[in-house]
Amino acid sequence: MDTFLQQFINGLSLGAIYALIALGYTMVYGVLRLINFAHGDVYMLGAFAGFYLANALNMDAHPSVLGTIAVTMGAMAICAAIGVLIERLAYRPVRHHSRLTSLITAIGVSLLLEYGGQVVFGATPRFFPQMIRSQTYSLGGVQITNQALMIIVVSVILMFGLQFIVHHTKIGKAMRAVSFNLPVARLMGINTDFVIAFTFALGSALAAVGGVLVALSIPRIDPLMGLMTGLKAFVAAVLGGIGNIPGAMLGGMLIGLMETWISATAYSTFRDAVAFAVLIVILLLRPAGILGSSVTEKV
Amino acid sequence: MSLARKLLVVVVTLAALLALNDVFEYGVGDFQINPYYARIINLIGINITLAVSLNLINGLAGQFSIGHAGFMAVGGYTATYLTVYHGRQIAGWFGAGVTNPLGASIVMVPSLLAGAAAAALAGLLVGIPSLRLKGDYLAIVTLGFSEIIRVIILNIPAVGGATGFTDAIPITNFFWIFSMAVLTIVITRNIAMSTFGRALFAIRSDEIAAEAMGINTTRYKVMAFVISAALAGVAGGLSGQLFANPLNPQNLNFVKSIEVIVMIVLGGIGSITGAVLGATTLTILPEALRSFDQQFPGLRMVIYALLLILLMIFRPQGLLGRREFTWAWLRPGKGSRKGVGRGFQ
Amino acid sequence: MKLHRFAVLAAASVLALSVGCERRPGTTEQSATGEILVGMYGSMTGDGASFGRSSVEGAQLAIEEINNAGGLLGGRKIRLLVEDDQSRPEEASNAVTKMITQDKVVAVLGEVASRRTLAAAPVSQKYKIPMITPSSTNERVTQVGDYVFRVCFIDPFQGEVLAKFAYNDLKARKVAVLKDIQQDYSVGLTESIQKTFTALGGQVLDPVSYSSGDSDFRAILTQVRAQKPDAIFAPGYYPEAAIILRQARELGMTMPILGGDGWVGDALKNGREALKNSFISNHYSGDNPDPVVQNFKKAYRAKFNREPDSIAALGYDSAKVLADSITRAASTDGAKLRDAIAAADVPGVTGRLKMNADRNVDKPAVIEELQFVNGDVKYVYRTTINPN
Repeated sequence: MDTFLQQFINGLSLGAIYALIALGYTMVYGVLRLINFAHGDVYMLGAFAGFYLANALNMDAHPSVLGTIAVTMGAMAICAAIGVLIERLAYRPVRHHSRLTSLITAIGVSLLLEYGGQVVFGATPRFFPQMIRSQTYSLGGVQITNQALMIIVVSVILMFGLQFIVHHTKIGKAMRAVSFNLPVARLMGINTDFVIAFTFALGSALAAVGGVLVALSIPRIDPLMGLMTGLKAFVAAVLGGIGNIPGAMLGGMLIGLMETWISATAYSTFRDAVAFAVLIVILLLRPAGILGSSVTEKV
Repeated sequence: MSLARKLLVVVVTLAALLALNDVFEYGVGDFQINPYYARIINLIGINITLAVSLNLINGLAGQFSIGHAGFMAVGGYTATYLTVYHGRQIAGWFGAGVTNPLGASIVMVPSLLAGAAAAALAGLLVGIPSLRLKGDYLAIVTLGFSEIIRVIILNIPAVGGATGFTDAIPITNFFWIFSMAVLTIVITRNIAMSTFGRALFAIRSDEIAAEAMGINTTRYKVMAFVISAALAGVAGGLSGQLFANPLNPQNLNFVKSIEVIVMIVLGGIGSITGAVLGATTLTILPEALRSFDQQFPGLRMVIYALLLILLMIFRPQGLLGRREFTWAWLRPGKGSRKGVGRGFQ
Repeated sequence: MKLHRFAVLAAASVLALSVGCERRPGTTEQSATGEILVGMYGSMTGDGASFGRSSVEGAQLAIEEINNAGGLLGGRKIRLLVEDDQSRPEEASNAVTKMITQDKVVAVLGEVASRRTLAAAPVSQKYKIPMITPSSTNERVTQVGDYVFRVCFIDPFQGEVLAKFAYNDLKARKVAVLKDIQQDYSVGLTESIQKTFTALGGQVLDPVSYSSGDSDFRAILTQVRAQKPDAIFAPGYYPEAAIILRQARELGMTMPILGGDGWVGDALKNGREALKNSFISNHYSGDNPDPVVQNFKKAYRAKFNREPDSIAALGYDSAKVLADSITRAASTDGAKLRDAIAAADVPGVTGRLKMNADRNVDKPAVIEELQFVNGDVKYVYRTTINPN
């Protein structure tokens, strides 16, 4: 039984990371109908930004909670800026082109970030310094580290925060308007360019938090780490219902749990395929996702 | 062209390829082709097959598939499996060894056929459920299938699993690579000029209107998918049995599919000549940049990515758009006929 | 019209092919003077970067010593050409192809990871240029052909060493194995460990698989924990080893964890306190008081400003064997050099390097215990195990 609980905790902390990244995917897709392939790589940049900041603050020798918060804030700011930059330079020029062109551009940006990362950071994996000394708590037969706990708690808090922003603030209302109908939103006087930039900034900041949090518990970071994780987070967003924020959270947790469950069986090397198998099943059976709603296409 | 004329062209082409193959593999007297360049030329041929076959779906039919690496994998592994485990037997029926050139070519035929068939089957299995979806979703589902295929192969020890199919017997040579490349081009071109092709263009232009016009869109899309997959499988079989180029699930992934997409995007989605040009350019480019790579490792992939982005921003139709290379361009006096000509508009 | 088209096509293809035309090697004379060019390929970037760096530095040290002592074949200096394979097998075979066909090296040194050596060795064999691998331990490497040699022990022996140590010294009776299915090294070593441990009377649980590049082992470790093994084998490479150690200890698993020479890498230090109660089999011990070892360490420290690891020592030894063979062959001709290497018997830093009939070397292995001291890994010598 405690093995089951342990795996449940493992799955939740893995899923929380997917959820954080999925939130960004779902928001950008909701607003722009664009699958931002580069989002997973923003997560990677968040981890690296955190890495450099943590080393600058010499956190290996002086771990502290305050320092961790500072590093996280720093990474969030850097990634928000990067997100806005990407949108402005790469996505805005192709916004009026076909969806295909935007998709290919997104893939291009993703590759650029990955290989650019390899040039700038080096292709050799780095190990994140321990910003918070690892503590393992024992509850019954279950071991949970303080990092895993933090990941789960922080992502839930952020999800609630995001929900608040989207449903109870003016900018959130603007975001929702743009996601319904961009040209009409502009007619209503909304500065759509600003709203879109804001969406990217927000999503990227969330991905950065994911990057720093995960680097705490899985200390190995390398420029290609965003590729697979990003794809799975995208699947999580689709699973929960693309454009739906609680859906992204739910999707992320579910993918994390399923992946952990598969890893725990003899088929652990099929782990990567789980997310995609889930994707295919969902798209065939319920394309709108668990919490999403169907949209009829008008001719 | 009359049947006799067509037959003559086929025979002459094959003879020419065989002659070239002889020079390529064995050299002439004291001269040989530098092995490094030879390898690049072989890779160009394989990439041409990949690009032109992908163009059938992405270009002619206007669907967005990013799972081409998966079909290459299925076909490649099946073909190589056949050669490795039954090649000697098959060659033996004809009284040849599998490593001597004649035996190798004899084994190549069933090997590639098996690869094509397996990949075609995969194309069917992937196509039928997926082609109900549109645009972005189709792209992601094809990606998903490709990754699932890759992970499955990773777990099959008989074909080398995670370390790759290193037991492959190197029976691929210039002749087979380029005859398959020519075959792919011919097949795609013939499809483009037929009613099948016309249906695909209709689907590409406006799928709902095409459906309303009575075209069975699902059927045509699946057919295109299956043919494209089969040809990708052939490319896989050729690639995996090239000397020192074993199939490896780590290489037949999402990034590989993207590389093929960049080839057709560069050349112009919808243009067969464009696909050939794109494939050639993008095989040579990374090699040419290799010396660059020594000083700044990884820079060549960055240039690759930048190229893609800039291409999408400034010239999304690629080098040739939808135009094709026609013999008219060579005819003295006729000059260039821009745009209209024989392009498939 | 038809003629016109074919003329164009024909001209185009001839032009394309003639670009690549060159004289066959062997029809031009071998250069008998000037530098001796030796190629070395390794992972200078990527997951295996520590391996590449160590092995290349070891070789460079050896070559510098030889050149300073007057060079080979009457004063000719050796030049080492280094190519990065980015920790990828296809790059390994491309790099070796280039070094042999473009740069015309007389011999190749490399690689450390068996998987990459297995990708490149066929190229060396095809072109009949001798290859010496400093530390690829997978059995199949030298089976590729008679032009492929190694200066280290092989995994069937290493697995035996580890299994015997766990059974006899640590008194383990039930063990779990975590194997990296992407690496021939890990798969081969796992098989060897299983065979020996079972033959000794112990129980080996079904091996659990992971992939190079994985960073989350908690799910599989939790399953292993439930089976309550006395010890765990993790015969993979150092980046994953560091994380496996950490995550295992976080899950409350305190039993001994053992690994092979693949753990020897700079990133291992990220295992931090989790390194306690772990052991590895290795090629040599830096604690060995033998002057050969100590002199090597001193020279390495002076040149590279850090402690050499066993991979560097093997890189050094591989270069020494090559140089010695060139001298005995009195030539750089591929076939003659090959025969000379096959008869090599050189005293190396890692032991006596006498080439046996399988082109391997019969050497003892050491077991070392790992500790985390002053922010780095400390290898503490435990015992030596000789080949039968």
